[in-house]
Amino acid sequence: MDPIIILQAGVSTGTVLLFATLGEIFAERAGVLNLGVEGMMLIGAMSAYSIAVYTGNPWLGLLVAMIVAGLFSQIHAFISITLQADQVVSGLSLGFLATGVSLVLGEGLSKAGTIPLIPTYTVPLLSQIPIIGPIFFTDQKVLVYLGYLLVPLCYYFINHTRPGLHLRSVGEYPAAADSLGINVYRLRYLYVFVGGLFAGLAGGTISLAISPGWFSELTTSGQGWIAIGLVIFAQWNPIRAAFGSYIFGALRRLVLDIQGPTMIFGLANPFYYNPYWGFFLQMLPYAFTIIVLVIGSREAIRKRLGSPSALGVPYIRGERGL
Amino acid sequence: MNKLLDRLPFRIELEPRLVQPPRWYPWVLSLLSVVVALLIGAIVLALAGGNPWASYAHIARASFGDIGVFSDTLVKAIPLMLVGLACTLAFRMKLWNIGAEGQFFIGAFGASAVVLLPVLPEDAPRWLFIITMIVFGMAAGAIWGFIPGFLKARFQVNEIISTLMLNYIAISWNNYFIFAIWSDGGFQMSKVFPRNAWMPRLTDYVDTIPMFRGLTTHFGLILALVAAVVVWLILYRSQWGYEIRLVGDNPRAAQYAGISITRNTVLVMMLSGALAGLAGMSEISGVVHRLQGAISPGYGFTGIIVAWLAKLNPIAVVPVSILFGALILAGREIQPSGIPKLLQGIILVSLIASDFLMRYRIRVHRKDLLKEAK
Repeated sequence: MDPIIILQAGVSTGTVLLFATLGEIFAERAGVLNLGVEGMMLIGAMSAYSIAVYTGNPWLGLLVAMIVAGLFSQIHAFISITLQADQVVSGLSLGFLATGVSLVLGEGLSKAGTIPLIPTYTVPLLSQIPIIGPIFFTDQKVLVYLGYLLVPLCYYFINHTRPGLHLRSVGEYPAAADSLGINVYRLRYLYVFVGGLFAGLAGGTISLAISPGWFSELTTSGQGWIAIGLVIFAQWNPIRAAFGSYIFGALRRLVLDIQGPTMIFGLANPFYYNPYWGFFLQMLPYAFTIIVLVIGSREAIRKRLGSPSALGVPYIRGERGL
Repeated sequence: MNKLLDRLPFRIELEPRLVQPPRWYPWVLSLLSVVVALLIGAIVLALAGGNPWASYAHIARASFGDIGVFSDTLVKAIPLMLVGLACTLAFRMKLWNIGAEGQFFIGAFGASAVVLLPVLPEDAPRWLFIITMIVFGMAAGAIWGFIPGFLKARFQVNEIISTLMLNYIAISWNNYFIFAIWSDGGFQMSKVFPRNAWMPRLTDYVDTIPMFRGLTTHFGLILALVAAVVVWLILYRSQWGYEIRLVGDNPRAAQYAGISITRNTVLVMMLSGALAGLAGMSEISGVVHRLQGAISPGYGFTGIIVAWLAKLNPIAVVPVSILFGALILAGREIQPSGIPKLLQGIILVSLIASDFLMRYRIRVHRKDLLKEAK
């Protein structure tokens, strides 16, 4: 129950949420809500693990996971962008499909032997900084550092580059973007694909780094859905997404660790003496997601911030839009 | 690609439909999309190394082969009907209640509380037991539906996420009681309910009608059929139903017409939760006869597909549920075990894609090749 260890593990588990959240931010910024994140993560976790088992190369596993999840995301893109179906139902159906495929193809995977995992790394100088060093830069998976890099990159890309401006315009006012010669359909396909890549990366991060293995549906255990909630909390901003993800990661870890010691703060630990209270602890991340949504929505209303205006609305060229 | 299309002697064009397609059209379209889905599923099964036709034949035989297995199919279909109705009602107002699974578990909890708390003494008459369990199950489900409904109405909290999170919370909640409070001698299940808390099954009447020997179809079927009619009456023959449909189709118009969206959001979520809770009650009292962890092979999620395949028509939910009940029943024996889920996923994807043909028609024009050559 060392707070440093919990925070360190929180950053580590939070990285999964971070990747999934960043991907969903891209898709939603382009105006496409993709509720299939959980399924895409699952198929990413499954393909990463099985490729690593067969080739012995975890990096190849991650790459394949990203591509497979990216390709699956294009099912949702086709149905919701070209066929103009309701994005909610389409995303759900993608989730069902991806889950089914991963369960069928992942059958028997859990019995596979030990596999090479993504290595850990301690950053030389930075790890010496008190508190911050041990939490962020000591013995973390290489992917965690990738997360640190991606957050500012994504933020800069979305807010300060020309392609980022195009991305936002497609999600806010597709008709205007179209009239300026931006190909709305192509960009939406592209960013749904990017969302898929990230979700696949998140899945691979679970099965090859954070909690290695394939445990069918329990591999992701609802983290894809938490990520969708975090996007709202993050107000579609990658930096807020990083905060949310790491806090959530720490919370998930705290729930596991709090049952260990006999004493907390010099008092008898009630969770140690009543192990069944663990079920209430298990509820916490999910309850916390709801609370975060309440806070996020209130703030959004107060600041008149909102989702991208065209989120969830299919763009039909030549029809009066928003 | 475009060059290839140019060579064809005809042109394929998409036109928006300006008039409503005939009444039979949506049903034929749904049927076709299920057939297409089964074909795609067959290809996937073959690629995964299975024999698709053997699997399908097995599913058909193991679920409709004789009256005994058909009765088992119905048993699986009962919770699907109720959960499908729950989704139908909410989806009609474009409220995405993905939490039927959680409401199902909490409904089962509420019904079990009648026996285990206990609310009624062990020797209470059967009719009293069943009515009380229905009331408790539905009330518990309604509370579980009220939470996301209220959060949506008051704080604009996205109901997809909140209902989903409540699923996980409901399962943990039930587990706490199964493991800690109502555990039967350390096992992860409660004691078996007294016979008075069991809903009557066909096989209970074997003395009067010998044909019913071994048939497990229970009273929940009647509850589900009544619920289907009631939901149909509410949606299509009541003012409240008119309000629900109007909000679903055009919330702005509904607001101008003076319909309270917040009030309807809460009420519809509560009724939707109550229906899913009733499904949990019926499973507990009709099939499992005790509270335990594994009471649902994902009924709540299959209910979403059922509602969609039934085109949000409460009456059509009944036959569609029977088909999916068959898939769940027979699917238990097929390896690998993910196949029913995979098939459900493919069916849903193909259904949603086919909706496109409701709004557009495909026209094939003959090209006048001579004319174009000039």
